Amino acid sequence: MNKPIIPDDTATPLRRKVLRGIRKRPTTRGAGILLACLVLLAVFAPLIAPQNPYDLATLSVMDNRLAPGAASMSGSVYWLGTDAQGRDMVSAILYGLRTSLLVGLLSTLGALTIGVAAGLLAAQLGGMVDALIMRIVDFMLGFPSILVALVLLASVGRGVDKVIFAIILVQWAQYARLMRASALVERRKEYIEAAVNFGLPTPYIMLAHLLPNSIGAVLVVSTINIASAITLEATLSFLGVGVPVTQPSLGLLIANGFDYLLSGEYWIAVFPGLALVLLIMSLNFVGDRLRRSFNVKGG
Amino acid sequence: MTAYILQRLIQSALVLVAVSVAVFFAVYGIGDPVELLVPPQVSAAERLALIKRLGLDLPVWQQYFTFLVNALKGDLGTSFVHGVPVVSLILARLPATFELVLLSMTGAAVIGIPLGLLAGLNPDSRPSRAIMTGTVIGFSLPSFWKGMMLVLLFSVALGWLPTAGRGETVAFLGIQTSLFTTDGLRHLILPSLNLAIPNMALMIRLVAAGTTEAMTQDYVKFARAKGVRRRRIVGRHVLRNILIPVVTVVGIEFGSLVAFSTITETVFSWPGMGKLLIDSIYQLDRPVVVAYVMLATLLFVAVNFIVDVLYAVLDPRVKLSGDMV
Repeated sequence: MNKPIIPDDTATPLRRKVLRGIRKRPTTRGAGILLACLVLLAVFAPLIAPQNPYDLATLSVMDNRLAPGAASMSGSVYWLGTDAQGRDMVSAILYGLRTSLLVGLLSTLGALTIGVAAGLLAAQLGGMVDALIMRIVDFMLGFPSILVALVLLASVGRGVDKVIFAIILVQWAQYARLMRASALVERRKEYIEAAVNFGLPTPYIMLAHLLPNSIGAVLVVSTINIASAITLEATLSFLGVGVPVTQPSLGLLIANGFDYLLSGEYWIAVFPGLALVLLIMSLNFVGDRLRRSFNVKGG
Repeated sequence: MTAYILQRLIQSALVLVAVSVAVFFAVYGIGDPVELLVPPQVSAAERLALIKRLGLDLPVWQQYFTFLVNALKGDLGTSFVHGVPVVSLILARLPATFELVLLSMTGAAVIGIPLGLLAGLNPDSRPSRAIMTGTVIGFSLPSFWKGMMLVLLFSVALGWLPTAGRGETVAFLGIQTSLFTTDGLRHLILPSLNLAIPNMALMIRLVAAGTTEAMTQDYVKFARAKGVRRRRIVGRHVLRNILIPVVTVVGIEFGSLVAFSTITETVFSWPGMGKLLIDSIYQLDRPVVVAYVMLATLLFVAVNFIVDVLYAVLDPRVKLSGDMV
């Protein structure tokens, strides 16, 4: 920052700076608004969607693979067409968005919790525990996540819970490394020393002082990692080892459409894909801006 | 130095053993391959004979032990489906994957480095911002969807390029390759472009960040004070210095490209190693899956080992004491 810092009378200048950073940049602002809209659509999908895509009884096979804008047998219009089972694509995308977001958020939360705990323990205890944890972390980070998740899911089978488990397994190590690094820096500061000299118990110092003061970087990076978790889930579902066919995510919808792509029925793959890309890109733009505003390296 | 190399070698060997255990027991859980291999009309006796021949009647730890002993002799097993040694099966697919990775890496460097320089020299200009925004998009697009859109645009809508397969191949130094036939090259364009885009974005980011930083360094100021022309400063001084991290990353990315080629190969039905892995997972061909993961691990471990040792040789500041930092 070359600009002189203007004294700010509010209590949280950093928060203002970050918000200003988002508001002033048109790309980031657009991404933020888009992200909010997508989340709202996913949350309220059951209220908005014209059809329940999981309820096979409401689907009419007669309406299969209709082009966008076509009218159904019962008169309603399929704005984005229908898929091979006669599912309305608008509804399928809204529900798919829900599954994708759910998997992304839960797996990020899981990986974050495990990674932060491991990183904090490594930084606080040092010695053998640190060495052991960091060896495992190095080991995990040495492999491309897609390969690990693919082989794991191939053996345990499909399922939303299994996909979440696989993503947690491949993502926690990154948080652990980052958390350890920032906790190590924080631990050298005087207030920690003071707390130690006060005779406060170590678990208390870890949870009440070390954790809140060193978790910032990890939280910022997790924004971008939600996007990569969603991408990973979509890719696994595309490869046929992800979510079950009964609860299609955006990735599985795209995979279903792939078979019809070459015969010109583009809408089955393209529209869920657009929804997925918009979701991932808005998360990435917002996450990237947050990372720069907080000046977090790595991740 | 020798102690350091020895220590790293032992570590690498431990990693390989750990992965082999994890993978072997994980893959053991994949369905029942016999169900898929035996036609329903086969008699129970023949069925048992097959199970015995595949070694599936033994307890899993014994199967693992046999695998380990054979692996040390360079034999990673025989494919259930194809009936040939898996090592030769995978190696036969290697050229297809390798030419894909080679072409995409070259393309990423040829386009990425100049764009990165451009963005790094004037970080606040409009084109630079457009390039940097482009890199976020390049990272964001899921590989499989991007591949499908390339097919939709260039094959289905425009009809310029083939949708799938490897096309015509010719033998070069005894290896079948698509690099020297027009038809083969036409088949190569879309998959390698799909594979190149994220790496191009990565390369642009690395070069741009390196350039911006290098331009503030003393040696650049000094060269400028000496009256060296800007073009020469960038070409001779800046570029050389930023290429070191780029080369490192290219080396490491080479390994993960092999992993990501799985997705691209699936989308474009490219008969490479990644497609073999996916097919083997579907066909419950356990030996191929295990061998693929072991070979991939070997590749990663070897690359990491070489990079670490090279660092230690090139940069005396790297601690050699073997402390677990």
